[in-house]
Amino acid sequence: MSSGTFAPAPARAPMRAILRSQIRMELVLTARRGEAVVLAMGVPLLVLLGAGLTDVTTVPGDDRLAYVVPGVLALTVMSTAFTGQAITTGYERSYGVLKRLGASPLTRPGLLISKTAAVLSLIVVQLLVLAAVGIAVGWRPEAGQLLPAIGVTVLATAAYSGLALLLASVLKPETTTGAATLIYVLMLAAGGIMFTAPDVAVVLPLAAHAEALRATLSHGAAVPVNDWLSLAAWAVVCVTAAVKKMRWE
Amino acid sequence: MDVIEVSGLRKTYRGHDAVRGIDLNVPRGEVFALLGPNGAGKTTTVEILEGHRRRSGGEARVLGEDPGTAGRVWRARIGVVLQDADDAADLTVTEMVRHVAGFYPDPRPVAEVIDLVGLTEKSKARIRTLSGGQRRRVDVALGIVGRPELLFLDEPTTGFDPAARRQFWDLIRALAAEGTTILLTTHYLEEAEALADRLAVLSGGLIVAEGTPATLGGRGAAGARVSWRHGGVQHTEQVTDPTELIRKLVAEDADLTTLTVTRPTLEDTYLTLIGDHR
Repeated sequence: MSSGTFAPAPARAPMRAILRSQIRMELVLTARRGEAVVLAMGVPLLVLLGAGLTDVTTVPGDDRLAYVVPGVLALTVMSTAFTGQAITTGYERSYGVLKRLGASPLTRPGLLISKTAAVLSLIVVQLLVLAAVGIAVGWRPEAGQLLPAIGVTVLATAAYSGLALLLASVLKPETTTGAATLIYVLMLAAGGIMFTAPDVAVVLPLAAHAEALRATLSHGAAVPVNDWLSLAAWAVVCVTAAVKKMRWE
Repeated sequence: MDVIEVSGLRKTYRGHDAVRGIDLNVPRGEVFALLGPNGAGKTTTVEILEGHRRRSGGEARVLGEDPGTAGRVWRARIGVVLQDADDAADLTVTEMVRHVAGFYPDPRPVAEVIDLVGLTEKSKARIRTLSGGQRRRVDVALGIVGRPELLFLDEPTTGFDPAARRQFWDLIRALAAEGTTILLTTHYLEEAEALADRLAVLSGGLIVAEGTPATLGGRGAAGARVSWRHGGVQHTEQVTDPTELIRKLVAEDADLTTLTVTRPTLEDTYLTLIGDHR
């Protein structure tokens, strides 16, 4: 490689600084979208307090919070990693943002890494706040199975992110918004968050994740094998499909 | 070595040949314009050179590297203004420009860039609230903030009002004067004529003419049409060199108050070129 003799050898802007800056930008953008904040915090809080503290729905067992709080944590992961990300990415693709940033020294892998990191940071903050609210109103979690709980959460996040990018890559942004919202509502209804889910629902990632979190966090038990299998399968299928179908424009 | 060196470039989309063998060389410091109707292959060509798309065949070197495999350091040396970017972000103009400036090793000062594209008054406005033309200027700002050696501008002034377009032309001239090499696509022939050192006309994925704005498509040798009135009668003659004819008319004491000498405009030449190759 040779450039003109008068051109100074370009230094590298350090990749870590670039990524940090992009991650911060993704978070600022999320914080400035009112509907994103409502989706991220408002809905989970409403479900937690509504279904956890009142008898509006029927849940199995006599400890409502032990059932509802882990479900709300699972719901939150889905709303941020799937619904929020699908809608944002869909519009960014149509506006040419993905294409432009992918062409800059941020690079396409850099953009994906930043998005993933931003989603993960947001999820960590959300889960800590919601767990704290849960504990404040009387939820008594077990710490012994925390690692497996984090493991299923990472799998669920990967599955949702893959599904989000897949949807945003194959549909128009308006359609993506509609489809992501519809899937959110259907999963919420069938996913065993506010009331009992049918047994077959464990094939759905939300139901499997919620059940796994209930087992570990509320009861200090191991993650049921079916939940591991369901979430792992979703993660592999969705991430593979997203890598194959990812479109930048 | 030229900044852009392309030979036999081809791109096929699902059996459709978008680019059918293009040769192109752009030396350092030149402003080069690609003209052509929609679907002629302009954007495909530019996007291959930007590293967005992989070519189906041929050779391409941009700043000495293959754009299909060039890495991050190479990306920091080019600037890109895409045709279809239309960001509606909830960031202010200053935040966005400062953010992207952080990707480059030696960016221009943020306020200076915003001033260069004429958005100082809007610097604190969120991009979502800007008009289409103003957003386009944000794109231009993001394209030049990294002090690129080579700047790609794909239809940069679409949506600009005439005053903004003139201001943009001044900016391009200033960048060119600093030594920036510029590859421009445009639908506006007066824009190509005002800015480009050389230009090429693409039609159906091929370059059908290449030259300076004055000589493109034989324009320089096309001759002139001379018209005048004499004795109440309109006369028109097509000549290769009007000097001789006018000298004769002066000698004959003809009334020359209505004399006109017209050469084909760049637009005439362009329309003939793409008409021939449709």
